[in-house]
Amino acid sequence: MLKIDNITKRFGEHIAVDNLSLQIPEKELFGFLGGNGAGKTTTFRMILSLLDPTEGRILWNDEKISYNKSHLIGYLPEERGLYPKLKVKEQLIYLAKLRGMPANESIKSLERWLERFEISHYIDKKVEELSKGNQQKIQFISAVLHEPKLLILDEPFSGLDPINVEMLKKAVIDLKNDGTSIVFSSHRMDHVEELCEHICILREGKAVVQGNLQEIKQSFGKKNIIIHSEDELQFLQEVEGVLDYKATMQGCVLQIEEERIAKNVFQALQEEVFVRKFEIEEPTLNDIFIAKVGEKYE
Amino acid sequence: MNKFWTILGHTYVSKLKSKAFMISTAITLVFVIAAANIDVIIKLFQDEDDKIVLIEGDTEVANMLEMSVQQMDERIVFKESESEELSKKMVQEDEAAAFLVIDVNDPNILTATYYENKASESNVQSMIHQQLQQLKVAIATEQAGVDEATLMDINEPISFEKVALDEATKTDEELNQARVIVYIMLFVLYMAVIIYGQMIATDVATEKSSRVMEILISSAPPVTHMFAKIFGVALLGLTQILLFFFVSFSFIKYKITTSVEVSETLDMIGISSAPISIYVYALLFFVLGYLLYATIAAMLGSLVSRVEDVQQLILPMTLLIMVAFFIAMFGLSVPDATFITVTSYIPFFTPMIMFLRIGMLEIATWEIILSIGILVGTTILFAVIGARIYRGGVLMYGPSRSLKDLKNAFQLSKKEKN
Repeated sequence: MLKIDNITKRFGEHIAVDNLSLQIPEKELFGFLGGNGAGKTTTFRMILSLLDPTEGRILWNDEKISYNKSHLIGYLPEERGLYPKLKVKEQLIYLAKLRGMPANESIKSLERWLERFEISHYIDKKVEELSKGNQQKIQFISAVLHEPKLLILDEPFSGLDPINVEMLKKAVIDLKNDGTSIVFSSHRMDHVEELCEHICILREGKAVVQGNLQEIKQSFGKKNIIIHSEDELQFLQEVEGVLDYKATMQGCVLQIEEERIAKNVFQALQEEVFVRKFEIEEPTLNDIFIAKVGEKYE
Repeated sequence: MNKFWTILGHTYVSKLKSKAFMISTAITLVFVIAAANIDVIIKLFQDEDDKIVLIEGDTEVANMLEMSVQQMDERIVFKESESEELSKKMVQEDEAAAFLVIDVNDPNILTATYYENKASESNVQSMIHQQLQQLKVAIATEQAGVDEATLMDINEPISFEKVALDEATKTDEELNQARVIVYIMLFVLYMAVIIYGQMIATDVATEKSSRVMEILISSAPPVTHMFAKIFGVALLGLTQILLFFFVSFSFIKYKITTSVEVSETLDMIGISSAPISIYVYALLFFVLGYLLYATIAAMLGSLVSRVEDVQQLILPMTLLIMVAFFIAMFGLSVPDATFITVTSYIPFFTPMIMFLRIGMLEIATWEIILSIGILVGTTILFAVIGARIYRGGVLMYGPSRSLKDLKNAFQLSKKEKN
């Protein structure tokens, strides 16, 4: 259990993280959402003890995280960084060694990972000769090679093509199933929605939403109705409890205050038009995000 | 401690294998070998041709001059001039080195005119001038009826002996020995700080600009990282210096066995007979000086985000070591000046100037201990500040190339009270 206890981080006048409290359960994927400058990276750096919180404390299994635990922790920084002139193999062995894994063990482990990511043939290539996507895979391997118990991934999927994103997602899920606690950040709602059970949305250093994703969605109340119809649907905006109307190719998507409003909408439709599809949907994380943060991120 | 050795080993091996290191070492080795064989090389380029001096005027004086000049340098050959015009032309066309006209107007007045292509001071010219002067003295004294024995008595140099009543001062011989060792030490320290300081700062900046730093300092404490880097580069420097010493030493050894001159020269400059203590001090001050400057270099390197900015930021450090070097150079001739005494306690200058004083003067032990204390204290202070700046600096990106960033970096790593 990673416990973040009322932490605040100030840089001079600027407050990067504002009184944040979180409990990140063991062996789970925890998602941090937020735009640039929301305080994700600063929070991660505080978890890793790279920065000290101005106030509050962070405990992992009731202990402060310090360098004698670095072999239990894996970190993929947002700013990717490897030695450009070093060969993939030397690089990974060195970084694993710094995390306390002897070379003879890390060689076997890194060969397995390279094979999994289909980049075994790059083992003796210099990192600067690799494509950006492949560099990122190497970076990911460097974070997980020493079999950490706590893995921190800062924007792990940014800059990857869809095939590689799937490959990495699969790896992340497997790691979780093997018992690694993973904290990751993203500004892609769909990734977080797909992978995480618990989330936290940060805005200007404050947690605006946090907790179990399913519970958050249920307690959010607002739902979407997807309607497919060839007729004019504009009049639905007038129904009480409809918050938003968006025309789509097949019809429209409505946002409603709560589930019972759907009944009114359904009745209104019945009288006027022919409907091919009528579906009530859970709110997406994107909806929640827009509602809570007040601006759109993509 | 394990991580320290891992980083140290990595720094050392990756630098050792780098092309830049191999090339620079190879080039320096070529220079070392060339310097060790300088006598051979000079001979190779020396023109062995005779220097012809055309001469006109008093034959008797000319003959005597030829005799005395030939004793000094047998490659100078005198030839009788045929005519003034022709001789001048020959000099202009480089067929002869010079044209000399000697006039003896009065028995006691001897004038000479020396024609040369360029009126620059040359060996031949000054030698002829000197010999003529002596010749004139000889002629004049002979005419004045002074016999040769009297002349020799007159010319006999007086006996002038120096006795230092303070038994603690060093003898001339010791001073000369010390001067050479101090000179070598100053130069090696100067080069080491410039080269290896730069290497450390660049290395840190490279890790920072390639952003691998964040992984590194999340794996190992920044302080460990910084010192592992400093010692890794020190080990590299040691390898390089030992290599140079070994190569030049074996050449010198070889020279000693083959040439008497070289062994005499070495005896004279005192490398072989200086007391052991001076070498111990040299090593001590070298290590302390390196540590102080390397810490500063690592600290400054952590402040830049781009390798291109390293030069600019380490400029103050480079200036500092240059100032130290020039003060020391000045101090070689006046080691007991107050200025030198004062600067020997300023930690940035101590490694050079206190060592100079130890070598050239008799210094009380407390003075040495005091200066080393200040130096070590300053190094520790810089290590503590440096470690904190390093910790903050490596997380700080942006167009940082001013010393103002020191403050920002310092604050970034500030430990807040919980």
